[in-house]
Amino acid sequence: MSNPLLTIEDVAVELPTPRGNLRAVDHVDLSLDAGRTLGIVGESGCGKTMLSRAVLQLLPKKATLTGRVMFEGQDLVRLSSESLRRLRGRDLAVVFQDPMTSLNPVLTIGTQLIETIQEHLELDAPAARKRSIELLAAVGIPAPEQRLAQYPHQCSGGMRQRIAIAIALSCEPKLLIADEPTTALDVTIQAQILDLLAREQRRRHMAMIIITHDLGVVAGRADEVAVMYAGRVVERAPTRALFKRMHMPYTEALLAAIPKLETAPHTPLPAISGRPPDPTRPLKGCSFAPRCRYAVSRCHEAKPGLTSAEMPGHLYACFHPIRMAEGIGA
Amino acid sequence: MLNFVVRRLLAILPVLLAVSLLTFLIASLLPGDLALVILGDQATPENVAALRRDMGLDQPLWWRYLSWLGHVLQGDLGRSFRTGQTVLQAVAERIPVSLQLMLMAEFIGLLIGVPVAIVCAARAGGAFDRFMTGSAFAMLSMPSFLVAILLIYLFAVELHWLPATGYVPFTEEPLNNLRFFVLPALTLALAEWPGIMRVLRSDMIATLQEDYIALAKAKGLKPARILFVHALKPSSLTLVTVTGIDIGRLLGGTLIVESIFALPGIGRLLVGAIYTRDLVILQGVVLLVACGFVIVNFIVDMLYAVLDPRIRHGHA
Repeated sequence: MSNPLLTIEDVAVELPTPRGNLRAVDHVDLSLDAGRTLGIVGESGCGKTMLSRAVLQLLPKKATLTGRVMFEGQDLVRLSSESLRRLRGRDLAVVFQDPMTSLNPVLTIGTQLIETIQEHLELDAPAARKRSIELLAAVGIPAPEQRLAQYPHQCSGGMRQRIAIAIALSCEPKLLIADEPTTALDVTIQAQILDLLAREQRRRHMAMIIITHDLGVVAGRADEVAVMYAGRVVERAPTRALFKRMHMPYTEALLAAIPKLETAPHTPLPAISGRPPDPTRPLKGCSFAPRCRYAVSRCHEAKPGLTSAEMPGHLYACFHPIRMAEGIGA
Repeated sequence: MLNFVVRRLLAILPVLLAVSLLTFLIASLLPGDLALVILGDQATPENVAALRRDMGLDQPLWWRYLSWLGHVLQGDLGRSFRTGQTVLQAVAERIPVSLQLMLMAEFIGLLIGVPVAIVCAARAGGAFDRFMTGSAFAMLSMPSFLVAILLIYLFAVELHWLPATGYVPFTEEPLNNLRFFVLPALTLALAEWPGIMRVLRSDMIATLQEDYIALAKAKGLKPARILFVHALKPSSLTLVTVTGIDIGRLLGGTLIVESIFALPGIGRLLVGAIYTRDLVILQGVVLLVACGFVIVNFIVDMLYAVLDPRIRHGHA
């Protein structure tokens, strides 16, 4: 088998806080092949955004990063800032969560698109402009030529996210990281943006990491899903295998927390009780144990490692995977 | 955009009216009778009363204000009873000096303040940043007469590079004119740059935390482009305000610096008018300077719109 496009090896990120070091990402291993999609799912503060920033090498200045991020055989952690700069925007692109803040308010859309293209591709101004118009058209922006002269505040949120996607796609990246690309958008726009991402991904044969708190977003779109909790990957599986049989109680709880149309009105959501553990104070046992309805004393004392399930490629970190827990209960 | 300009223009009309009223009141409510000042203390009460009648000083205050305002609106700001010069003549004679001083001082101030602020913000908390922030504090706390004397001592007395005092018009000897202006402009600039540097530095630091800066980095743009194109423009609104206030302030001349360096600017005109109780000149100059200040601030408002398209389009 060929080498994966991206391998995250034993990556840990620590952020200094007044209350001590915060372990945002806790020794994560992941890999992604060219053209494939990885979904990273977890609630706020689970470290998924920090993990994506670690891949992009855009962590806050004070953060410390250990481990390796191998992208096409190069370790991004040890790459010089100049080589990294040449890689970013060209091979490695990103779409941020909030299109209201991720575009520069004082520069025109044209400037923001064309500068990326001219930075990485050897195109003169008219060619870069032409390419920008094509890109805007490709992401579904009507009258793209007029849009170039406009400023971000003259566009709606969904429109801005399309523009951000056009910027990300502008140099045909090999990997696109979409960090909660639909969280800040209206529900009606969300599906459109996700479909756009999927379509452009297929067309350009690029790999994609979708970061989201919504299992529903990755369900039909990711090849593989990694569920993160308190900085760790707690379950990882090919998407189909995961939805067929999830092993980690946290994954199950995440899925149960999505409102469903068929439930009767005023049914309380089975929200996950409690809060994630304080990341500045590491727990001895499983970090989900305090909120887990299956937890037994062993869960509070030892940290479960990632173990393989029967399905190939399915890993989970739990002493009492759901199927067995149900067995005990019955 | 045109709509924006018109709205702002309408908004400054009441300000200008208030300015004229205040200027008038300050000059009119000063203790001492103008007629008495003109005639001297040997004047007979009859003479004083006659002059008061001639000058309209026996009329009620509101009537005097309106008639003065009427003259002002026709471009007649009065005439000095000492030199016979009109206010406009006196100001026209002096304003090029103050204007040149202001422009050079502001230029040098920005030349020092802006690059220092950008470098400091890019490496906030670093050695250079700490050193420059400390230096800015030190400069802020040095009074301008002290800076002026130190500069004269260093560049005029010790090094003989520049003249200490004096003035020739630019139109006569351009090079010499500039030489006369270097030290006074530098004196003012050394007081201006710390303010410029501090506001731009803190705004830049805030801007550099923005998502769009992270995206600019993720786009692989060069650091210089991120700083100068993506970060500088959205960070410069406060800078423009501060520069506008500085310019407005310097427009009125700088009493201390003009006096030390013997520059015949508006500041010296004002000081002279105060010493000789030349109320007409005083009132006229204050009015013109205040109007200049209002107009500079109007230009600052326009610059906001140039810098931030959201203001231009009425979104902010």
